[in-house]
Amino acid sequence: MWGILRQRGIDGGGLSLRRTRSASVSARSYAAGSKEMTVRDALNSAIDEEMSADPKVFVMGEEVGQYQGAYKITKGLLEKYGPERVYDTPITEAGFTGIGVGAAYAGLKPVVEFMTFNFSMQAIDHIINSAAKSNYMSAGQINVPIVFRGPNGAAAGVGAQHSQCYAAWYASVPGLKVLAPYSAEDARGLLKAAIRDPDPVVFLENELLYGESFPISEEALDSSFCLPIGKAKIERQGKDVTIVTFSKMVGFALKAAEKLAEEGISAEVINLRSIRPLDRATINASVRKTSRLVTVEEGFPQHGVCAEICASVVEESFSYLDAPVERIAGADVPMPYAANLERLALPQVEDIVRAAKRACYRSK
Amino acid sequence: MAIWFARSRTLVSSLRQNLGLSAIFIKHNYSSRRPVFTNSQLSPRVFLDPFSSYRHESTAVETHPYLVQQSDHEDDAQELDFPGGKVGYTSEMKFIPESSSRRIPCYRVLNEHGKIISDSDFIPVSEKLAVRMYEQMATLQVMDHIFYEAQRQGRISFYLTSVGEEAINIASAAALSPEDVVLPQYREPGVLLWRGFTLEEFANQCFGNKADYGKGRQMPIHYGSNQHNYFTVSSPIATQLPQAAGVGYALKMEKKNACAVTFIGDGGTSEGDFHAGLNFAAVMEAPVVFICRNNGWAISTHISEQFRSDGIVVKGQAYGIRSIRVDGNDALAVYSAVRSAREMAVKEQRPVLIEAMTYRVGHHSTSDDSTKYRAADEIQYWKMSRNPVNRFKKWVEDNGWWSEEDESKLRSSTRKQLLQAIQAAEKWEKQPLTELFNDVYDVKTKNLEEQELGLKELVEKQPQDYPLGFHN
Repeated sequence: MWGILRQRGIDGGGLSLRRTRSASVSARSYAAGSKEMTVRDALNSAIDEEMSADPKVFVMGEEVGQYQGAYKITKGLLEKYGPERVYDTPITEAGFTGIGVGAAYAGLKPVVEFMTFNFSMQAIDHIINSAAKSNYMSAGQINVPIVFRGPNGAAAGVGAQHSQCYAAWYASVPGLKVLAPYSAEDARGLLKAAIRDPDPVVFLENELLYGESFPISEEALDSSFCLPIGKAKIERQGKDVTIVTFSKMVGFALKAAEKLAEEGISAEVINLRSIRPLDRATINASVRKTSRLVTVEEGFPQHGVCAEICASVVEESFSYLDAPVERIAGADVPMPYAANLERLALPQVEDIVRAAKRACYRSK
Repeated sequence: MAIWFARSRTLVSSLRQNLGLSAIFIKHNYSSRRPVFTNSQLSPRVFLDPFSSYRHESTAVETHPYLVQQSDHEDDAQELDFPGGKVGYTSEMKFIPESSSRRIPCYRVLNEHGKIISDSDFIPVSEKLAVRMYEQMATLQVMDHIFYEAQRQGRISFYLTSVGEEAINIASAAALSPEDVVLPQYREPGVLLWRGFTLEEFANQCFGNKADYGKGRQMPIHYGSNQHNYFTVSSPIATQLPQAAGVGYALKMEKKNACAVTFIGDGGTSEGDFHAGLNFAAVMEAPVVFICRNNGWAISTHISEQFRSDGIVVKGQAYGIRSIRVDGNDALAVYSAVRSAREMAVKEQRPVLIEAMTYRVGHHSTSDDSTKYRAADEIQYWKMSRNPVNRFKKWVEDNGWWSEEDESKLRSSTRKQLLQAIQAAEKWEKQPLTELFNDVYDVKTKNLEEQELGLKELVEKQPQDYPLGFHN
């Protein structure tokens, strides 16, 4: 679908992106509408509209204000809403996360940006112990309407400490909701839902998707548009094998589905959208239809999101399975830097195609 | 350059002899923290007229009268422009000493015998307020004693006393307004007590029974009450500090006439969150009062192993925060300091730091035996001779506001009430199983509903294993 994106490091979205678009774009079924929107603009418009609608919403993070956002997601917001609502923080994730949580305790609705979720590890105590568990520990007295957002997972050539996927970590915590958008429509609808949600939400974006353009419907452009949290989307209908994934891998799965279609295998691609709560109903209904499951994620394989999906399917739809469940994840190594090694450390379209064929007994 | 330097030295030493003002030469006197501003050309203006111009700032710890502020200097070449603003320079290499020769003094109003020190600054306290303060301090003492014993008897699993810190607890609470949002650490139940939490409510939380507002979700002493503007106690240390800055920011944005008040111990100031919380509150100009209970011990870590600074009060200036050190065992001093700090925080929209010096008489908690790491004599000394409750009591009695009869009545009735509260709390049923899955989210998610249904069916199928049933 889109080829190679060479966006180096974390120095802003001003660099040019090279990408190729294939014919598979036309195969996606979106509501009729010829407008297109990048994920970046989708996120920006979502935050803008929510800030406009509710004066309690405010944005904080490193470089979100004057710099217009490390990835330009918060572009234009400082001029529009002022420094009190678009707050440039000093470099202390633990500090500003704690402050965001405290502000949420007191009734504001912060949208806290992590430059990447790798840096959220410095703040993870506040995300989990101060935000996620608070409603439960206080018996409903303290709710925390906070959103933690930022790029997650691998980018291109950023090395081990900037490439980890945190979906599995955060999705294992009761009290958090974890969302992972893929398209511009996902980005808009899910971010709006997250900001409106009274619980803490971890919103996992993807740096390489920011510049990606997607068709967007009139409905999705409306300021009241919102997607439900906990519902997956079937991106492509199929009958032979179910491919379940999220974020950037949805694009790869769709491309794999194209390749499989050429070989006569009809793949159903499910975009999770919501990692916690996981839409087990949709996944299982699909597997019961196709009898085969392939799950894909970029993160480390052990205890990953795919592991949970496989367990869920085996527990609930065992008698419907015609083949063992397939799991594709990133390599069990810290992300290497060299481009050739990085490519091998992440799932590629060919891996998904191979796994689907294995599930269909078409190959070893 | 070397020759010029040597020449200037001799000139300086001859000046010293001539003027007999050895105090001019700060290198021999470490009481000032400010670097010496000297003119490399040794303009006679500077040395012959050392008191010509200096400026006192309200936040200055001590300014040496000798110091010349650069802005008073006519020669602009003496200042250098840096991103943080103009800064004067000096050709004399001088390190700011690691500590002042004199520690920051402690603000106190009552002496050890409960008498007001003459010429003290303090905010007067009415009879009604003073009596209430004393009663609550005594109640806190009785409550701590009885709950501690209950834990020792195995009736509750855990408890943590505030013995020795009653003045900080009650006097600070008395100085705040009910709209001020309190983010406690864990040794401040007295603040909640002052605000109206009843002994029965305390007992219910400790027993985790059906009446517990915390719905049995937390360990004992993790009290919390929205109604009383007291945030639920959270175990990780110092997390409440940046949260307090956030709460302060929210209050500021909503233009409320209130501030955030947060407590921390001496040990907690070593956490990274202390730095972030104070630094941020200063940058955001948030109305937060940070109260540090310096009680000398962080479980078994003595403060000499915790930091090498002069306690916590000196750290305030590092963040640009107005600070005061107060005798934490002096209820009147604590009251005045917190009251003033609160006014400053709200009116001037700034953070304030209070270091309350005290001693942790009790063990860290019921899981600790402090005689293992400190002398029993030390504990006894502080318990008997430096007791904040007795000290305040003497003052209240001297004013004719309290008698021995009042004392015995209060203590026995509080004790009785507590014992009854414990007995009742023990007998109360525990939370129904329906509460296991509530409050994880605002609205239960589907997977939780399924799990709850699964548990319900299990309980109905195996009633012998679940005698209390699903709904209690």
